[in-house]
Parts: sequence; structure tokens; C-alpha cells
Amino acid sequence: MYALVDCNNFYASCERVFQPQLNGKPIVILSNNDGCIISRSDEAKAFGIPMGAPEFKVRQELKEKNILVFSSNYPLYGDLSNRVMKILEGFTPHVEPYSIDEAFLNFDGFKSDFDFTDYGLQMKSRILKWLSIPVSIGFAETKALSKVANKIARKFPNQTKGVYVIDTEEKRIKALKWTKIEDVWGIGFRLKKKMIAKGINTAYDFTLPQYESFIKTVMGVTGLRLKSELEGKSVLTLDDPTEDKKSIAITRMFKTKLTDFDEIKERVSTFAAVCAEKLRKQHSCCHSIIVMLVKDRHHKNDGSRIYFSQMETLPFSSNSSLTISSTAISILKKVYQEGERYSKAGVIVTGIIPENQKQFHLFEEENPKHLKLMKVIDEFHAKTGERKIRLGSQDLQHTWKMKQEHLSPKYTTDFKEILKVKCK
Amino acid sequence: MQVKNKISFFVPDSENAIELPFVGGIKAGFPSPAADFEGDTISLDKVLVKNHLATFYAKANGTSMIGAGIDDGDIMVIDRSLEPTDNKIAVCYIDGEFTVKRIKKEKDCVYLMPENDAFQPIKITEENELIVWGIVTYIIKSV
Repeated sequence: MYALVDCNNFYASCERVFQPQLNGKPIVILSNNDGCIISRSDEAKAFGIPMGAPEFKVRQELKEKNILVFSSNYPLYGDLSNRVMKILEGFTPHVEPYSIDEAFLNFDGFKSDFDFTDYGLQMKSRILKWLSIPVSIGFAETKALSKVANKIARKFPNQTKGVYVIDTEEKRIKALKWTKIEDVWGIGFRLKKKMIAKGINTAYDFTLPQYESFIKTVMGVTGLRLKSELEGKSVLTLDDPTEDKKSIAITRMFKTKLTDFDEIKERVSTFAAVCAEKLRKQHSCCHSIIVMLVKDRHHKNDGSRIYFSQMETLPFSSNSSLTISSTAISILKKVYQEGERYSKAGVIVTGIIPENQKQFHLFEEENPKHLKLMKVIDEFHAKTGERKIRLGSQDLQHTWKMKQEHLSPKYTTDFKEILKVKCK
Repeated sequence: MQVKNKISFFVPDSENAIELPFVGGIKAGFPSPAADFEGDTISLDKVLVKNHLATFYAKANGTSMIGAGIDDGDIMVIDRSLEPTDNKIAVCYIDGEFTVKRIKKEKDCVYLMPENDAFQPIKITEENELIVWGIVTYIIKSV
């Protein structure tokens, strides 16, 4: 048996933990830099505020409808997400965090007559009591079906109390007939259009034998796997958490358009250092580094190319901030053009291999001092919770400053910002 | 808020690994009688936090609980997994505000009791919106 646990409107729910006055009120959370809406409470959804709407476009509407706005507070969301995942590990050792607010659980070895509905209700109430985070839980024989069950639990809170188990053939068919094709796991916008054009409107249609060859043509083996999953035949197991990402990318829009090489260099160096830090966190190294630079579209709108990128492969694999940053800067020198205005830059590291599979090279090798230095830097950052040690190429005083005008305190990760309780 | 679990689950503490000290170059001679005890250090985190997944910290602001030892500016350790039984000190959210009080359960009602004569008990009626947010387990103060 699998389960998908999904936190309801996670970021909005996190904001309410330390601010219960927000319960029942419409609130929205903005993305990095206060760009667009990335989470909405049910009340804000009911007002019809669209997901992904740029803040400046809906600013007036938010004000008129008294919808409260928050900048994203990732230290808080990250801490609460970790706690949710750890609480779930108290119910089964097999927990696969799928995103910041979702996890797949596996219950192999539980007896077939085990009461999963009751177990799900226990999970839900524990997470609610300990963290004030509401969750929905769907149980089924496969991962794809547990996603369907989850959707039902979320959609019908009164009937399901937030927990739904698909454990009979009858329930499975009923659930699939209810599920629109675009809500099926892995069916994106483009596939949805193809499916509907062919007459596949629900998850149930997707499993009908007459569409099998069509699905194979448009989705390949992934489609057939999904079909099996929806039929209740489990083919997707929990991802091995040790399986790491194949590439890591840090790309950001500049706060203001940049032309000066040194200023762009500072950002690229910072992005490279963050990539390196992420590599070290998952104990891996990268082999190739890509730097991309995007010109300001509105500056010279002559239809010329605005997107520039180049890749360089290292003679050895590395996760040293020094190596990755200096390589990124040397790539930047090649793609940068004097006098142009740029709006965005990014660093992508690929060719990722585990640290311990690092091959030693005969002629070229990284200075072994890097390894020790990086370890010291990482430990220091872990202790202080901030990236205080920087490379010389970073930090021109005005480093990366995010626009966060509606930020709530870091209640759980910064001692100076913990909850204040009145004693009166 | 009140949920009784039928089964008790114990979450292993995988967070606070005790690191063994590295005992440097081994020399001949009489071994240090203290060597066996090296590495035993006291972790306040382990003493003060029984359930780290449900524990949060908050700062007290005011004097209504000085009788219970909670002074202005003290740090409270709050365990949200504990049940709000009679006589516990709880962080409550009532009528739009957080406060800390001792829970007094009477026959048909609940009081939030201050521990300072200058303050009045709060009687909880059906009109009040009360959330018992968590139970205060320790107070950390600077002297």
C-alpha cells in the first residue's frame, strides 16, 4: 500500500502557525522577490485570485478584497516541512519527500486487513496538533492511484475527513471516472490537449484498451507505466532517496538591468558558489558547468538573439566553490558583450556523480586544500545559518538582495525572531 | 485538538548524534583513568527538548506569570505534543492574542490563571475563541 500525504495550501498554512489570527482569512504568498502568487489559502481561492498571477497585476484586487499578502519565508517553510516528514517517519520508515509539501509513503509489510483510514486519521491529527498544518492523505495500491485518492480526500473534506483509501476495484473505477485527465500525475498541459483531442477525458478513459497504442506513441513507456499504475499494478516504487539530482541550476532575474561586467560577475560567482554548496550537501561533484546570460528584451528590440550560454567541462569533477566559481567566471567572459544590458543570469552544473566515485586524474587534480576549506565553510554556515563566508569575486557590498516587503519572522530558525507571548 | 492515539509511536532521535572524540597518538604507559569517560558531554538540547518535532521556543513579554517563575524576557520551551491537562502552564491563543497562563479546569468551565495578584483570571466561555497552542515545559532565563 502507498500513500500520498499533501499539506493543504502549505505556505499559507505555515504563515498561520504563529499567526492564528489569519485562520479563516484570505491570504496569499508571493514568490522570491515578491514576484507572483505561489500559494493561496482556500479563502483567497474562493475570491478567484489566480495561481501564478504577478503581484503588480492583482495588487489593487488584493487590496479591495482585504486579502493579506506575504513574502515567501523559506526558512520557516523548510523547517516545518522537515518536521512534517519526520513525523511521517514515525508511522512508516519508508517516506519519500516528493516536494516541500508532499511525500509518498510505503506500507509494505502491513497486514492486508490493516485499517489505513484510521491510521491516516492519526497521521493527520498528529501533524495538525503538533504543527497546526492541515494535510490530506490518499491511500492506494500504487503511487499514481494514491495521488488520485489524495485529490478525492482534498476535494471532499466533509465526507472523507481528509483521508481517502482506494482499496476495492469498485472504488478504483469510480475514482478514475471522477478524475479529469489533466489531474492525472504526469499529464501536463500539452499532453492534456492531445488526450482530449483523442477522446480521453478522464483517468478511466486513459486505461481503456483502445487507447493503449496511442498512449504508447505519445508518451512512450512512461505512459504505459502510468496506465499500469492506474490499473492498480504497482510499477513505480519509492525513489531511493540516495538518488541525487542530475543537474543543479541557479538562475535569477536581476533586480535592475545590468551592463557592468563586474556586477554580473559578482552574481554569477554567487550562483556558482550556491551550486557548489548544493553539490556538497548531497555529497556529489559535477563535471560540467553552464553559464547563461539573458539580454534585456526591451533594450534593443531588433529581434536579435537574447539568450547566450556556454558550457565548459572540468578536467576533474569538483564541488569546490573556488573551482566552480572561477570556471563560471571564465565562461562568463566568453558570453558577455560590452555595452549590452542584461536582465538575467544563471549557473547550471551537470554531469553529477557521487563524491566517492570521483576519479583521480593523472595530470590534473584539484588542490586538495579546497576540500578542507569547503568543509570548514560549510560547517561555519551550518552553525550560523547564513552564508557569511564568501569568495573574493562575490559581494560588491550590494550582493543579492531579495525584495521581501511582506516577510513574517523566522519563528523557528532564528532565535532573535521567535514568537513573543504577552504575559498580561 | 484532543486526539487519543491507540498506538504509541516512538520517533528515534536521529538528529543529535553524539560524536565520539578522537583519542590522539597512543603512548605506552599508564592509561588515563578518565579515557573511558571522554566524550560524555551534557546536551541541554536533549534535556530540555523531549520531542524536537513538536517543540518551539517563545519569549515571554510581561509580568503576569512571575509567580510561576516566568519573568519578562524569559525564553519558554513549548511542547505542542502534550495534552493541556489541569495545572499545566500553556501558551494559549485567545481572542486574537497569544498569552501564557496556568490551566485550571473546574467542573463545567476552564480558567486561565495568571500568577501575579495584579492580574485577573480569565474565564473561558463559549464566546471566547481559545486555542491551547502548546504546553510550557521549561523556562530559560538569564541571571
